[in-house]
Amino acid sequence: MISLFFKEVNSFFSSIIGYVVIAVFFLIIGLLMWVFPDFSILNYKYATLEQLFDVAPMVFLFLIPAVTMRAIAEERHQGTIEFLYTKPVTSWQIVLAKFLADWFLVAVALLPTLLFYYSVYQLGLPKGNLDSGAIAGSYLGLLCLAGAFTAIGLFASSLTTNQIVAFLLAALLAFIFYWGFDFMSRLPVFVGRVDDIVQMLGIDYHYRQISRGVIDSRNILYFASVIIAFLAATRLNLDKLRG
Amino acid sequence: MSVKVRELTKIYGTQRAVDNVSFEVQKGRILGFLGPNGAGKSTTMKMITGFVRPTAGRVFVAGIDVSEKPLLAKQKIGYLPEHNPLYLDMYVKEYLSFVAHIHRIKDVNRRVAEKIEQTGLTREQHKKIGMLSKGYRQRVGLAQALLHDPEVLILDEPTAGLDPNQLVDIRRLITEVGRQKTVILSTHIMQEVQAMCDRVIIINRGRLVADEPIEQLTAKAQGEAIIRVEFKTQVPVQKLEKLDGVKAVEAEAGHHYRIRTDGRDIREDLFRMAVQNHWVILSLAREQFSVEEVFHQLTQNANG
Repeated sequence: MISLFFKEVNSFFSSIIGYVVIAVFFLIIGLLMWVFPDFSILNYKYATLEQLFDVAPMVFLFLIPAVTMRAIAEERHQGTIEFLYTKPVTSWQIVLAKFLADWFLVAVALLPTLLFYYSVYQLGLPKGNLDSGAIAGSYLGLLCLAGAFTAIGLFASSLTTNQIVAFLLAALLAFIFYWGFDFMSRLPVFVGRVDDIVQMLGIDYHYRQISRGVIDSRNILYFASVIIAFLAATRLNLDKLRG
Repeated sequence: MSVKVRELTKIYGTQRAVDNVSFEVQKGRILGFLGPNGAGKSTTMKMITGFVRPTAGRVFVAGIDVSEKPLLAKQKIGYLPEHNPLYLDMYVKEYLSFVAHIHRIKDVNRRVAEKIEQTGLTREQHKKIGMLSKGYRQRVGLAQALLHDPEVLILDEPTAGLDPNQLVDIRRLITEVGRQKTVILSTHIMQEVQAMCDRVIIINRGRLVADEPIEQLTAKAQGEAIIRVEFKTQVPVQKLEKLDGVKAVEAEAGHHYRIRTDGRDIREDLFRMAVQNHWVILSLAREQFSVEEVFHQLTQNANG
């Protein structure tokens, strides 16, 4: 499985994909945090990384589907999935290796944003006046959210041989899981009855909980279940190819 | 027995893609898998390799039940799928190392170098697979299948789409490695079967229609001959059938007749009969009966 993981990671960094993902993410977040006056920290005048954690999920909403879209769709299109399945590896290993590799790439894309943390830390008045605990929590939340999106993206990629379809499906599913439940909970049918439960089905709710810096096992459990559910569905989908 | 297939059946929807197929192959033998397109060759091979799950029946590779211990069985199988799927953006050496790691081969570099040499890829080893010609890609596919030194090689149309030179090279390579392994290869080129295989299995519409050594199949071919004759006028088929050695007579369009014999050349007798009856012969020819004809017959009969 380790060799499968490295093969995936290598495919990102031996092609342009890995670098583009990292650059695009850094650029968008950088522009929003420092340049565009509507969002810029320099105008906001508070030493926080709120912009990063507010905007990153939206960027992930299209960036992660772009990372995951080829993962399985391409293997199906090229027929290499048959090659993998006739090698001594299990279908869980194949799915898990792809998941971890894609998640890893997103995590690497997050790394450069630590630079922003350092900058804001330095700019604070007095220096270092920012809530590091909450920021650490937010990073963890962001990683969890990225994991959920990656699992969703892999699932979408396993549904089709067409990468564009995989991308759009992944974006749609991720959107539904991120905001969809939140919006739905405001439907008159649910309000006052089960709106809190519907809201808790969505990623946004749990992301915000973790971001506050209070790490509750229930939120972690939520992300773990979403990830496992989508990976299991992905595996099931792949197994269907075997007739 | 190196490969044992027992009553293998695969049903897709209502269609029986493979229907109750059983056969065995011994070590050191090359088995040719023949059949028209869509006959179920690939499906059978996919089931042997454990990719497609059979609806019924079992496959044993080197004594291991493929559906019971898939991982162990896969270590024993080298498989070249139809169309030879490869990661086109990987380098030859990188790809083979990756495969070696999957198989947990200990001395990866040495083994990869060895197979690169064996398959004649030395000059291409630093190229991207996507840059290679079809013949070289086929070699990469073979190198990948041979890398873990499997007992059984399953090759699904290994020579499809190659030019004559590449064809000869790949065939030589397969016969070479086939001496120590069990090889099952599918093809629809008859000469290939005659040139490489010890035994032939012909499959049609999912069913096994022939399973015999290549000599027997060619003997069968020699056991029959076809005489084609064209008369000026209609002649009674019954009279032709009375000739010695005639097995069957088919009347074709325009006073053409196709006479199947038990191998004898009846042209002279036919000529005398025609003279006696004042039939005018316009043309008379004997057809070479080949493995191709046997194949044609076996797969045609089953169709009708």
